[in-house]
Amino acid sequence: MNATNQNEIMALHRAVLEIDVNNHPGVMSHVVGLFSRRAFNVEGILCMPVGDGKQSRIWLLVNEDQRLPQMIRQLEKLEDVLAVRRHGAEHAVFERLEDFFQA
Amino acid sequence: MTETLTGAQIVVRLLERQGIRTVAGIPGGAILPIYDALARSSTIRHVLARHEQGAGFMAQGMARVSGEPAVCLASSGPGATNLLTALADAKLDSIPLVAITGQVPRAMIGTDAFQEVDTYGLTVPITKHNFLVSSAEELLEVIPKAFEIAASGRPGPVLVDIPKDVQNQAIDITEWPAPGASLPPPSVDFDQVAEAAAMINAAARPILYLGGGVIHSEAAGVALQLAEKANLPTVMTLMGLGALPVDHPLSLGMLGMHAARYTNLALDECDLLIAVGARFDDRATGKVAQFCPQAKIIHIDIDPAELGKIKTAQVAITGDVKKVVTALLPAVEPTSRLPWLNRVAELKAQFPLALPDVDHPLSHFGLIRCIAACLDDQAVIATDVGQHQMWVAQAYPLRRPRQWLTSGGLGTMGFGLPAAIGAALASPERTVVCFSGDGSILMNIQEMVTAAEENANVKIVLMNNASLGLVHQQQTLFYGERIYASRFHAVPDFVKLAQACGLNAVDLDHHANPGAALLEAINSPGPWLIHASIDVNQMVYPMVPPGAANREMIGN
Repeated sequence: MNATNQNEIMALHRAVLEIDVNNHPGVMSHVVGLFSRRAFNVEGILCMPVGDGKQSRIWLLVNEDQRLPQMIRQLEKLEDVLAVRRHGAEHAVFERLEDFFQA
Repeated sequence: MTETLTGAQIVVRLLERQGIRTVAGIPGGAILPIYDALARSSTIRHVLARHEQGAGFMAQGMARVSGEPAVCLASSGPGATNLLTALADAKLDSIPLVAITGQVPRAMIGTDAFQEVDTYGLTVPITKHNFLVSSAEELLEVIPKAFEIAASGRPGPVLVDIPKDVQNQAIDITEWPAPGASLPPPSVDFDQVAEAAAMINAAARPILYLGGGVIHSEAAGVALQLAEKANLPTVMTLMGLGALPVDHPLSLGMLGMHAARYTNLALDECDLLIAVGARFDDRATGKVAQFCPQAKIIHIDIDPAELGKIKTAQVAITGDVKKVVTALLPAVEPTSRLPWLNRVAELKAQFPLALPDVDHPLSHFGLIRCIAACLDDQAVIATDVGQHQMWVAQAYPLRRPRQWLTSGGLGTMGFGLPAAIGAALASPERTVVCFSGDGSILMNIQEMVTAAEENANVKIVLMNNASLGLVHQQQTLFYGERIYASRFHAVPDFVKLAQACGLNAVDLDHHANPGAALLEAINSPGPWLIHASIDVNQMVYPMVPPGAANREMIGN
């Protein structure tokens, strides 16, 4: 049998959130505050403006947790959050960055 | 017509256009331009609080009695930090507020300038939304938006932080934005409503569970119709009190930690729980796994994040509770539901709410009932937080939505007096009673001066046991009677203190005719302090011990 590889373990335990937000100061603290107040670690964060720069997209890599659905609903309530999409950890966005994060 | 106005003048004009007539606050360096503009407003009255937390709770009092967003003002730094508790309180109880704070000029932000604090950062988790305004132009968008957010959907507090140079920045204005208004609620999903109605029609032992959302959405009338049409025994949360008259035959009063035994026991037997604008708070549910263990759940709330947060509902409906309940009404069949009503009546007879010494006007329950007897349903009843709050919730005959102002979610001692002043400012025709304790009143005692200055029609009923009563109670019951840091060894002479602040005051303790003294105080206009000593060994009973199931109540 094949041993479970690192990516498969990640896929079992992690989720990737894709969050469309308005691009202005403070939006990131609204988003990550929802996680920190629950002592919920955010494993990875990426954020870049999209289109004309009025909006940004935040990618979060988080641990799978039973609280995640509630946190997604709380994210959706934020004034500056336009949409939240949940992906599995197999999503390419963080994988492609691995070269920048070698110990 | 083009006008050249400063940011401060724009703020005041937008508040005027919003229909704001009373604001509460305290000025300071970073908000002085707004105060200078406010001084020239002929329509807005400013009420000078003695502590910013007082201003925040006055705004809450105004918002809670009117249902409309109310405004408080504070300066930067300590002014803003002093507001925080009132904002957090408004967040947990879903009260629409717009707080406006001054901030140091933009060029000085981040330099640890005098009275600089990160107000925006501090208020992220305790507001529904917050703004740091970066230009006078932006105010035209932000201020109406702040009111829209505060009032829409599930209401809440919004903070607008305005740097001093933005307040002083002059711009040309040719056109004014429309005042911010509550957005229309989402449309009702009629399939879900039909499903909910079928469950109600099929239920043998349903209970209707009304929360603060019923008050916020003005849904008490339709909730009463639903209860009567389907003969639904009805419980209310602390925030929902007043939704149904507590002496209505279908009312089971408040549920949860300090409910009557029959109320919690009925919930234990119900086969359907219809939660309307309620959030399954831990003080209402007790041990969640054993809350309504036999019941299917219908949950109706404007906030989708509340659905499934604590309990999974069979039917979960996102929507304005007034619209959803209105849609439910025609689909619900009239039912006599006699076996269940008989069972509830049996529980009520067997496990009634005990009100010991209620006929003695100087006992805690007697005093509450005595005051109720002096008033009609038009009066507003505010409380602080502690034993007195629970006793009033148990014993006062609350019969009207927005009659009852209490700090439910955050449980803030010090809420009562400033909230009562705010209520009196917003409803000067009403008598406002503030039940308080000696622990709570000291937490915002300075607002007595404001009450006197405004001649607010507020009657503080101070139930004095020289203790932090609920702490004393928990230490007695659960910490081996090790009473520590809950007895006050120095207690002020509250009657003299009130008089020194400019209030009328009466001490019922040594009064030959306490009933008559009470009536005179309640019926005389203006602020009064009514002092009564109570026994520190009185408990709030029954009580569900923290962490226990609601059926495991202790006490009588």
